[in-house]
Amino acid sequence: MIRFDQVTKSYPGTTRPALNSVTLEVLKGEFVFLVGASGSGKSSFLRLILREETPTKGDIHVLGQKLGTMPNRKVPYFRRNLGVVFQDFRLLPNKTVFDNVAFTLQVIGKSRGFIQEAVPDALKMVGLAGKSNRFPHELSGGEQQRVAIARAVVNKPAILLADEPTGNLDPATSAGIMTLLERINLGGTTVLMATHDAGIVDQMQRRVIELVTGQIVRDERQGGYQTSAIPVMNR
Amino acid sequence: MRLGLILGEVGNGLRRNVSMVISVILVTFISLTFVGAAILLQFQIAQMKGYWYDRAQVAVYMCTAVDTSGNCTQTEATPEQIAGVEAALQSETLAPYIERYEYETHQQAYDNFQVQFADSPLRDFVTPETLNESFRVNLIDPSDADILIESLSGQAGVESVQDQRGYLDQIFSVLNAASVTAVGVAALMLIAAVLLIATTIRLSAFSRRRELGIMRLVGASNRFIQTPFILEGVFASLIGSLLAGGAIVAIVQFFIRGTLASSLPQTTTLIGLNDALVVVPILLVVGAALAAASAGVAISRYLRV
Repeated sequence: MIRFDQVTKSYPGTTRPALNSVTLEVLKGEFVFLVGASGSGKSSFLRLILREETPTKGDIHVLGQKLGTMPNRKVPYFRRNLGVVFQDFRLLPNKTVFDNVAFTLQVIGKSRGFIQEAVPDALKMVGLAGKSNRFPHELSGGEQQRVAIARAVVNKPAILLADEPTGNLDPATSAGIMTLLERINLGGTTVLMATHDAGIVDQMQRRVIELVTGQIVRDERQGGYQTSAIPVMNR
Repeated sequence: MRLGLILGEVGNGLRRNVSMVISVILVTFISLTFVGAAILLQFQIAQMKGYWYDRAQVAVYMCTAVDTSGNCTQTEATPEQIAGVEAALQSETLAPYIERYEYETHQQAYDNFQVQFADSPLRDFVTPETLNESFRVNLIDPSDADILIESLSGQAGVESVQDQRGYLDQIFSVLNAASVTAVGVAALMLIAAVLLIATTIRLSAFSRRRELGIMRLVGASNRFIQTPFILEGVFASLIGSLLAGGAIVAIVQFFIRGTLASSLPQTTTLIGLNDALVVVPILLVVGAALAAASAGVAISRYLRV
């Protein structure tokens, strides 16, 4: 599903690479936490999967496609297979909840009939069935993030990337969001979530990948936020 | 569905940027009016050349008793010398270039002079003997005049050989200079128009950067993202082009056909409405193409994946 092969990413003007020789594989249907301090390379990792960046060294394969050699014009079509959720929601303030979710489908050229069916389904799935005509500023933070998630999954992507989706939310609301992400994962979507929330990681007991200064220091099945077993060091 | 969405985006962009759109319209209007005027001038020049070059002659002036220039030594050209020139005109080397020629005597030259300079005090000082006798030669191709000048200038009794196109060329060079000036002004204005369109589109894109960011994230194709912006620029500049086309038609209709045609005696050589209607589509295409190109370049930095 996602395979990193000796991937190094350096940004110009810095001596230390953001990611240093990272090798890992994420399988279909997995739920993976990506943990590590700020600046450890989590965001670079996600941006590489989205192909917002290309690796300096090494190969990345996502959904059977090699990202390093993918021509720019094919990138939009590749991204239609990915859903993304951010800490700051990134909703359009002048569009309703329905239109925010529908926008995704409109801009990739889906038919009106498809949109009329898919958007209410997605909103119902995230528990916002009755609020499709509200504007983002009329919703709570948790609800806004649910809209963002609905937008990310409405096109039924194979992979959902979440960059600290609970970073702005209180614990109870975060738990609700995690339940939602878990449900999406049970539907067969691979979920890759970067987070600082120790409580959530400890409670869910899923695969945890820990990054320190661009290197994988731990890759643990059913791990917690802190090391609980002997760490599996990256070679 | 998609067309409606794109047109909606275009409308939004135009509404949000009204003042910039108006300035784009005005700048393209003025610059393309200059382009159109330059093209009209070229048409005018071509038409005048076609008309006058057919009538332009090469004059072979014979010596008079007062001439010292050329091959003259203050003696009137003898009949033998005149016959020599005529023989040269009829010879195998020159005849193929000549359509026809006629001989102008002192008296004919004097009569013509009296008519042409009727209002001038000069007419009273001129006597038939001081005016050159001449051969008036019509060439098949007026640009072959140099052949005649070269072969006849050395003939005995010939004062000078003159290509009347030389007088016309001065007029044409003035018109050409005017047309080059118009093109120069138009070029500067077009640069301003292109930069203005680029700035307008950047502004429009900046005010919609959230949408653009999300579009890129969810995989909207580049063409889908850039089309509304390009249409926005093309739309604004097409309005300017239409205004310029209208101005060109109005100039021809009211100034050239109206004022000029009635004040100038020779109306046959002025351009007409047909020429203006040829210019209008050229302006529309130039305006649309420039706008599309500059908007496309301006939006490209928002398309980097």
